[in-house]
Amino acid sequence: MAHAVVKGSGYVLIHTPDMILHNGTTQTTEKTINPNSDYLKNLPEHIRGFEEVVSYPPNQTYIGNITPEELKEYKMPWYDKKVEGADKVGKFGEIMPQNEFIGLMKIVDTFDLVKLEKKFTEDVKQKLGNHHFMKEDLITRLKEGEEIENIKKSVEEQGAEGLYNNGELVGCVKRAHDIDINLSAHVLFENLVVKASGVLAALNLIEKNDIDPDEVEYIIECSEEACGDMNQRGGGNFAKSIGEMAGFTNATGSDTRGFCAAPTHAMIEAAALVEAKVFKNVVVVAGGSTAKLGMNGKDHIKKGLPVLEDAVGGFALIIGENDGVNPILRTDLVGRHTVGTGSSPQAVISSLVTEPLDKGDLKITDINKYSVEMQNPDITKPAGAGDVPKANYKMIGALGVMRKELERTQLNDFIETHGMEGWAPTQGHIPSGVPYVGFAREDILNNKIKNAMIIGKGSLFLGRMTNLFDGVSIVMEKNPGKVDEEKGVSEEEIRNLVAEAMRDFASHLLKE
Amino acid sequence: MDLENQKRVKEATEKYGEENVIVLIGGAEAEAAGLAAETVTAGDPTFAGPLAGVQLGLRVYHVVEPEFKEAVDPDVYDEQIGMMEMVLDVDEIIEEVKGIRDEFCKFND
Repeated sequence: MAHAVVKGSGYVLIHTPDMILHNGTTQTTEKTINPNSDYLKNLPEHIRGFEEVVSYPPNQTYIGNITPEELKEYKMPWYDKKVEGADKVGKFGEIMPQNEFIGLMKIVDTFDLVKLEKKFTEDVKQKLGNHHFMKEDLITRLKEGEEIENIKKSVEEQGAEGLYNNGELVGCVKRAHDIDINLSAHVLFENLVVKASGVLAALNLIEKNDIDPDEVEYIIECSEEACGDMNQRGGGNFAKSIGEMAGFTNATGSDTRGFCAAPTHAMIEAAALVEAKVFKNVVVVAGGSTAKLGMNGKDHIKKGLPVLEDAVGGFALIIGENDGVNPILRTDLVGRHTVGTGSSPQAVISSLVTEPLDKGDLKITDINKYSVEMQNPDITKPAGAGDVPKANYKMIGALGVMRKELERTQLNDFIETHGMEGWAPTQGHIPSGVPYVGFAREDILNNKIKNAMIIGKGSLFLGRMTNLFDGVSIVMEKNPGKVDEEKGVSEEEIRNLVAEAMRDFASHLLKE
Repeated sequence: MDLENQKRVKEATEKYGEENVIVLIGGAEAEAAGLAAETVTAGDPTFAGPLAGVQLGLRVYHVVEPEFKEAVDPDVYDEQIGMMEMVLDVDEIIEEVKGIRDEFCKFND
């Protein structure tokens, strides 16, 4: 069977400064236990403006305007560095400001749960009208807006979640049920954020890769939220709801969950569905999370840094039939952390990296680039969590040393050559393996590299259902050219088989 | 140290007695390992969890420390921790955790 290919990608960030304070769990928890804390008082002084967020080198990397190699040229820390001439529109996607995104939340809301103030609506309508590709049929969904008094009343008396811009109440998300917590304003707010950011990623995927939305047949959504009501908390289906807004008229879909590992699970599923000819084109998509905004804010402020977790992330990939050009997904080189693998880092890395390589008789050094948890170290290092990608590269290299495929003295060279600096925001599933898929596709198409391994890992204990770790991996590789499938085997191969059979027969006769 | 783990450590000491509990840390960073060690000896430095203001003074070791390494089967150690030992900044971790233990551990052994 012909392998599926990665036909394109879309990557988006949304700068959400007010949502850090109102919706990030570190901040909302602090408001509950210690409402007068210095942290909450000092926080507003540490919030970055939109321009700063756009020119921040890791963010420019995420949307494809600078490459991971170019990011490396910027000396760390990065929070005080700027990419000169940075644009909010990137090769792979865009960085959207909060006001436009709040408008997008209203646009994707099909149950009239989002209410926006009149003047704000007018303003956003104009801004989205100037957006480089937002279509009129979506913008008209903003409608006319509400009186601010009604919005205030909903927030103060009816359990609605406020929507703030520049510290001002500009709208709200209403609850959809009086007692069902699954339909509370808080849950619906988070779900609408995931949906809206997923839609933005899907729209960028279409725009940047010249995709006909009608050709998409299936959608796999792989974020970390759950939608449903009290009788089916995680019923779904974000995938189809995103598809509806992105215009994937001929597609159905479903949600795949697996914490941070979900995007790589979804890539493997998509590749398998295409390879098995169930669907011709499958979109993998995920929106981002407001709960994780400012997650490490206390450490950032303590060290005098801006709160660097100020953007919601999203991505979308399209995986389609082998076109003989785009990089293939080697479903025969898939790694997986099984129930029986065990949790030691050694067992985990072996199951994800060396086991699939052994299947293809490959060495650790045969893979040009490893895309691991590509978390931005500028965010994690001040929080005491170290440099996550580097720690992963060290582990992969150390495994290479144990397998005698590398000398111990070559460890640093291995990290330099086969690794990358992390650039993705700490949004759980967003940094996990997938941020490099866009660059990997380009680097493979441009013959800069031959292959890359995409690795997704997830901490399942957070859901309290199992203490097991999880992860999967898949190899992306240069397309060897179109395979003639009808013939199954080439004429050359048949000739060789016949010749071999004749030789066998002849030697048999000679023996007799 | 996350709040749930603080609760588990507190419950274990209440059930078995402080002298019968040893805490093993696997944290990859010296700073984070030091914070965890501090939490189970001097109390939660962030004053957020059940061990805030609770000075348990427990015996606490990181798994790369010689005291632990020498106490376990070398083959098992190599299989479970060998790779990480190559990866982590072992000296920095030992210095950090030992420093906390010397300062706050109640047991002199």
